[in-house]
Amino acid sequence: MERPKRKNPVLRTRLPTLPPAARSRIALGLTAAAAMGRFELQQCKDCGAVQYPPRETCQKCLSTKIIWQVQADGGELLARTVLHHSNDLFFRERLPWRLGLVKLDCGPTVVAHLHGSVEKKVKVRAMLDRAGQAVLAALPEKEVNVAEDRQLREFTCDPKFRKVFITDGKTSLGQELVRKMASAGADLIWVGHSEPWKKFSGFAELKNIPQVTLLPLDLTDSKNVREVAAEIGAKVDIVVNNAEHHRAFGIGNRAGVETARAEMDINYFGLLRLAQELGPVMRARGADGQSSAVAWVNVLSIYALANFPPHGTFSASKAAAHSLAQCLRAEMRPAGVRVVNVFPGPIDDEWNQLLPPPKLTPAALASAILKALREGIEDVYPGDVAQEWLARWRDNPKALERELSA
Amino acid sequence: MSLAKLVNGFLKGKIRVVDLTHTLSPEFASISLPPEMGQAWPFRIEEVSRYDERGPAWYWNNFSCGEHTGTHFDAPVHWVSGKDLPNGSVDTIPPENFIGPAFVLDCSSEAQKDADFLLTKKFIQSWEKRHSRITPRSWVLMRSDWYKRAGDPAAFQNYDETGQHTPGPDMEAVKFLVEERDILGFGTETIGTDAGQAQHLRPPYPCHYYMHGAGRYGLQCLANLDKLPPTGAVVIAAPLKIQNGSGSPLRVLALVEGK
Repeated sequence: MERPKRKNPVLRTRLPTLPPAARSRIALGLTAAAAMGRFELQQCKDCGAVQYPPRETCQKCLSTKIIWQVQADGGELLARTVLHHSNDLFFRERLPWRLGLVKLDCGPTVVAHLHGSVEKKVKVRAMLDRAGQAVLAALPEKEVNVAEDRQLREFTCDPKFRKVFITDGKTSLGQELVRKMASAGADLIWVGHSEPWKKFSGFAELKNIPQVTLLPLDLTDSKNVREVAAEIGAKVDIVVNNAEHHRAFGIGNRAGVETARAEMDINYFGLLRLAQELGPVMRARGADGQSSAVAWVNVLSIYALANFPPHGTFSASKAAAHSLAQCLRAEMRPAGVRVVNVFPGPIDDEWNQLLPPPKLTPAALASAILKALREGIEDVYPGDVAQEWLARWRDNPKALERELSA
Repeated sequence: MSLAKLVNGFLKGKIRVVDLTHTLSPEFASISLPPEMGQAWPFRIEEVSRYDERGPAWYWNNFSCGEHTGTHFDAPVHWVSGKDLPNGSVDTIPPENFIGPAFVLDCSSEAQKDADFLLTKKFIQSWEKRHSRITPRSWVLMRSDWYKRAGDPAAFQNYDETGQHTPGPDMEAVKFLVEERDILGFGTETIGTDAGQAQHLRPPYPCHYYMHGAGRYGLQCLANLDKLPPTGAVVIAAPLKIQNGSGSPLRVLALVEGK
């Protein structure tokens, strides 16, 4: 991929447009799976047939017992074409556009967006498009970075040649994120840090990374957030909000509300402040050339799904942040800016000291965030603990509540 | 009669008012305790409306902060040694105690050489020989010029891996001021009336321990002490009247005769 030329400031910045976004409730099943990076299609529990596009009943035996199942992604490219004309505003601006017909090994034949170097054998992936809806993309069999493909880059939020803003560089996670974004080819990385008198290991070394600019940032300070957003907002393509306040208390073992309030002030109100100040300017840059504003990453917690009583007030603050992030997602979607929510299990840090392994290393979490940006995933459950909790929560949220409070 | 003279002094410019207060702002460094402990809120401010749809003809803010934020007053109940004293909270302290003569001890060159400088009884006695004996019911202010660092929160806090390094009094100095000079209170330019490393003194935090234990007060994060004469100024330091309050941010003024 070529480095994009500098923007011509004389020309009008293109307004964001979206590909067709309407989906039936049934069809949203494909989106729900793609949001987590899964390729799921409907499968009939009676006759086993796999079908696409999604329908209310089995097209083979008319059974209504249909479930969404992860499917093998292999297939054969039957036909390809290149679109040179479209009345759809989104595609009209991005022509020519490659499309093809793929016969999946699991049965159905599907229409897919084509990677530039596909041959006969392909892998099909369900990806979220700029409207946040699932579409199918056919990729070559060999591993490729889809973000390097001009067309499929539209479905990803790759940091390469983009400008990234990481809200807290003082934690191990923040520092791993900085290093990952730098090695992924980010052009500029702004790194927030609060309480400048507190020194933490690894932080001072960040300024030796050429792309890095350190910025005093305290998400509890509205004035500071406003000033930082004013200073860099019009340049930020990707925000990673990893600033958080975490204490290990429930209700009964911490008197008063001060600790809970401090958690809310960063985890919930901090996100709100940042979203109010940075959201509008990022929405205005949703189609600003090859390196437009593309993504907003929230580091939440698996405890946002169900309260973990030993960290009860932290869980509540993350549940509040999760709810707000859904609002942010709705408000950013018209601009094609993806809100990526990350739900890690316990991170291996001082606030989870007393929790037994497995704990997620900051490096693994940073890698999962980078992978999500590159592959166009918007709900990330990194690591074994998060995956297990997610499975238990999806199966029976009430059972999980009881298990966590045991 | 004398009050009329005082007012006339202001009018004629014969009495100067020196503001010993830092501006309350979100950037100002706030006291930091180990992270597992409860924390004082830093100063924060949120706009309610500014001649806009939230309130078309008016501008106002909500602010929040701890009792010990910015330039602030410490009441005796702030410390465990003063918890049972009568009139020990900001709302019950007799108001006449908020005004008193100031004795300004210049420790600025010592503090510049040694951030951990401790003010001693010997230092005070030698200062008294050069200036005057400290009178009862007065404020003793430790000038360190530390306030000049306030624009750089890291330099103002002055932390390293062993904690904070800022000047303050030692145990004997505090006992001397309380027991032998009967002062109203002790004021500093740093974030505490005690030195940054005072948790290692015996007792820990001697100024808090003895000053508040004897029903005396503290003033912290003072500014402009270098603009006061060693003796002769009058300090007005009235905290907010917070029910059972352990302290409060406040505006500290000094009256100084002469231009």
